[in-house]
Amino acid sequence: MPTVNFILWTIFGTGLVTWLSRVIPFVILKKLTLSPAIIEFLSFVPVTIMAALWFQQIFIPHLGHFPTIDYVNLWSSLPTVLAAIISKNLLVIVVVGIVSAAIVNLLL
Amino acid sequence: MHSHLTVRSALQDVLPTVLGYIGIGIAFGLVSRAAGLSVLLTLMISTFVYAGSAQFVLVTMLLNHSPLLSIIFSVFLVNARMILMGTTLSPYFKNDSNWKNIVLGTFLTDESFALGMNKLNYTQKTLNFTWFNTVNLASYLTWVAGTGLGALLGSFITSPEQFGFGFAITAMFIGLLYLQIISDQSLTISLQLILVLFTLALTYFGMIFIPANLLILVVTLLGCLLGVILKHAHR
Repeated sequence: MPTVNFILWTIFGTGLVTWLSRVIPFVILKKLTLSPAIIEFLSFVPVTIMAALWFQQIFIPHLGHFPTIDYVNLWSSLPTVLAAIISKNLLVIVVVGIVSAAIVNLLL
Repeated sequence: MHSHLTVRSALQDVLPTVLGYIGIGIAFGLVSRAAGLSVLLTLMISTFVYAGSAQFVLVTMLLNHSPLLSIIFSVFLVNARMILMGTTLSPYFKNDSNWKNIVLGTFLTDESFALGMNKLNYTQKTLNFTWFNTVNLASYLTWVAGTGLGALLGSFITSPEQFGFGFAITAMFIGLLYLQIISDQSLTISLQLILVLFTLALTYFGMIFIPANLLILVVTLLGCLLGVILKHAHR
């Protein structure tokens, strides 16, 4: 591990860029209105970003080669999707997900 | 989820996130301690950086003795999608003061963004500061508390193992994605399903040549572009 001083600077620097990424859109967009084309483009952000965050967990990247499959996350996803379709309740979905992953971890 | 935008409804809506954050927070605390960071430094990372997966990147890079600027740049890349989410969200808070917008942005996360987008389907496309800020702060406090718990546990457990909690956040995204698809009336279900399949292909093939740090951002931008094209071709 690097020195405490170095770690403190890292926390400061990474904290600052993260905060700026979060705050700048809120500050700038108060002063201007987005065009309908951009609003339409952004309307696809939720579905795409949530799907991408899920699928990223299903594969294990190997830069320059095809990704391999993360079987724990893949098999855990199936009952979770089923729970979503049946219950339509986020808490139930998350609990089913955790229990599925724990069982899959035991079996694999 | 229902149409109220109160503190009470926010606390109900945020419950699944809280459950996920405790699990991942504990995991982060354990990993950070195992990497050799003190309890205090571990808590400081969660308190001041507050960036989920980017925090794991940060600790790994510290372990590898990466230079300061490359750590900062990597964390920025992992979190650059925040800019996209903030841009999508901010029009709903246009009438709130600058100060309130800064507070909302400061505590914005993937999860509160996704919850907010889902909530829109129940509230005639409106959000308010009280609801969003409550969701944000409850998430933040849970994250810091989870980290603290994990860091303290880390003093006893040397090799952190997963107990299924690592999957909690992924399960939440699966749930939110499904709920989003069935409840968003502005986009047809078939269009959204095509988009999901396209995102799957993009993620798979993207992993061959896009570094993990940039993947979500690139895939999201391309997915949105395809969404616009498909929507217009459909008409």
